[in-house]
Amino acid sequence: MAIVLENLTKKFEDVTAVDGLSLQIEKGELFGLLGPNGAGKTTIIKILCGLLEPTNGTATVGGYDVQRDSAKMKELIGVCPQDTAAYPYLTGMENVEFFGNLYAMSKAKLKENAKKLLDKMSLSQDAGRRVRKYSGGMKRRINLIMALIHDPEIAFLDEPTVAMDPQSRHAVWDFIRDLEKQGKTIILTTHYMEEAEELCGRVGIVDHGKLIALGSPKELMNENDAKDLEDVFIKLTGRRIREGL
Amino acid sequence: MNFQRITALVGKDLKGMLREPAALFLIILFPVMLTLAFGVSFGAVGGTQPTTFQIGLINMDSSGSYLQYSQSFIGNLTSKEILKVQAFSDNQTAQSDLSQGKIQAVLLIPSNFGESCHSYLTAPANPNLWVNTTLQLYLDSGSMLVSQAIPPIIQQVLLTTIYGEQQTSLALPIQIGSPSLIQVSKLTMFDYMAPGIFAYAGIFLTMTVAQSFTTDRENGLLRRINTTPTTATEFMTSQAISNMITALIQVVLIFVMAYAVGYRPNVSIASFAIAFIIVLVFSLCNVGFGLITATVAKSSGAATGLAFVFIMPQMFLGTFVGIALSSIAQTAGKFVPSYYVTDALTSLFLRGAPISSPVVLIDLLVVSVTSVTVLLIGILLFKEHGKA
Repeated sequence: MAIVLENLTKKFEDVTAVDGLSLQIEKGELFGLLGPNGAGKTTIIKILCGLLEPTNGTATVGGYDVQRDSAKMKELIGVCPQDTAAYPYLTGMENVEFFGNLYAMSKAKLKENAKKLLDKMSLSQDAGRRVRKYSGGMKRRINLIMALIHDPEIAFLDEPTVAMDPQSRHAVWDFIRDLEKQGKTIILTTHYMEEAEELCGRVGIVDHGKLIALGSPKELMNENDAKDLEDVFIKLTGRRIREGL
Repeated sequence: MNFQRITALVGKDLKGMLREPAALFLIILFPVMLTLAFGVSFGAVGGTQPTTFQIGLINMDSSGSYLQYSQSFIGNLTSKEILKVQAFSDNQTAQSDLSQGKIQAVLLIPSNFGESCHSYLTAPANPNLWVNTTLQLYLDSGSMLVSQAIPPIIQQVLLTTIYGEQQTSLALPIQIGSPSLIQVSKLTMFDYMAPGIFAYAGIFLTMTVAQSFTTDRENGLLRRINTTPTTATEFMTSQAISNMITALIQVVLIFVMAYAVGYRPNVSIASFAIAFIIVLVFSLCNVGFGLITATVAKSSGAATGLAFVFIMPQMFLGTFVGIALSSIAQTAGKFVPSYYVTDALTSLFLRGAPISSPVVLIDLLVVSVTSVTVLLIGILLFKEHGKA
């Protein structure tokens, strides 16, 4: 198993962001973590990346406990945050190299990976420009490259295509599919249901910190008699709102 | 600790310093402009501005028939409030005092001064009967003010001696000899200020560190780095190194600019080395203050303002500004770290203290202990409350 969550709970004073969540994600799986705003998705990702301590329960990533073995766990993961986090005064290449160096990559491997990723994301020509001058789409692409420069076993992609034009979005989709083919474990959070339906082998829908649905997009559509994943999402999360759960 | 990570973090910080206009101004341009401005305003270029001039007087006219003229001239000189007249028995002693900066001018009354005055007053309209002579004047060339102010004053005193208060502008048999400018080794106001300027520039590291941390926090970069294998020790070590490099650049720039405007401390290489070490250690203190500011500040804008909580007391109580403060304020200065930096540098550069001097060593100890303590407090506070 790549990721195992057991009875994971996170409380912020009187708010329970994650409520006794248990989940297993297999190695090489492209898993979609879905849910409305404030459902607890980002809190789950933060716990899995070692940024937050769970109040209760355990989480292991790549076989390492995220609390006890966080240093080893962090060598396995790559995190693409929802908002672009790059140094505006560095060039695209310098940002990529900076994060490569934080993973202590060899110069040769770093150069090779950077070239490959920049080519795939059509950023080679702009790699020497400062990120401050990049368009929104370019920033999101460099954001993704920075997360994957060290060729991580497990990638957390937090809404990687938000605010992208359709062309760029499809380029990122192809890129994510490539990662899956390479046997990487990918945890993708997104608000675009068609994206999850298109890419993910399995999705988990989280609401109010609880896992309310788990399965392949097809299974969930069949179970909920829905025409697509968006319909499933609205039915499940809408019902919970209506029922006041 | 992984040095590849530390090198990457330091490189990133230094690039940020050079490429971000606000950081570049605060770290590089501000100290340069500050040094230039103070150097030009208070250094050898402008000279000091005493309210009185110390003037040495050698009277060679002590045995002639008309001694009343030289006595009257000396009396008129002494009555000038702007002059403090000091009598010398010989020119050599007077010149020695002038070259040491103890007096600003030397005036030599010739032996025929009285005779010359008398010849003029008995035949004012007939220059052929005048006994011509020269009052020799030597001036401190280190002060532009002295060379401009003293010759007209002497001229005025001479006219008063001959004509009384009703002066005329007629020709006289007595000339004031071209002032001989004497080069003296004299400390300018800038010499007193320079040690404080070294500390002054470093104080602003507090603001750049606070801004850097809050901006990186706002942009999610601190969190992102935290998802990598980079340890807190590696991260903070890189911060210490990059800010010490920044402080080193500042010190070198300040020294170069100070040298350009005439600052010449007569000290050994060892004194310079220890001065650099003190300033570098002090930079750690400002990293600590920057971290404390970043912990409290919710945004980079707030960090700029809050940084002044640490900057202002250090600036006013612990640097050259303190020279002009009251005794109470100067005592209060002993509670800010910059005071000890300024004091150590003053001892080294101004008082000529050796590096083994207890004053310098105690200052270094205080700066070191304070810097490490403040840095540790900053790291702990930021780790516990500042990263969110």
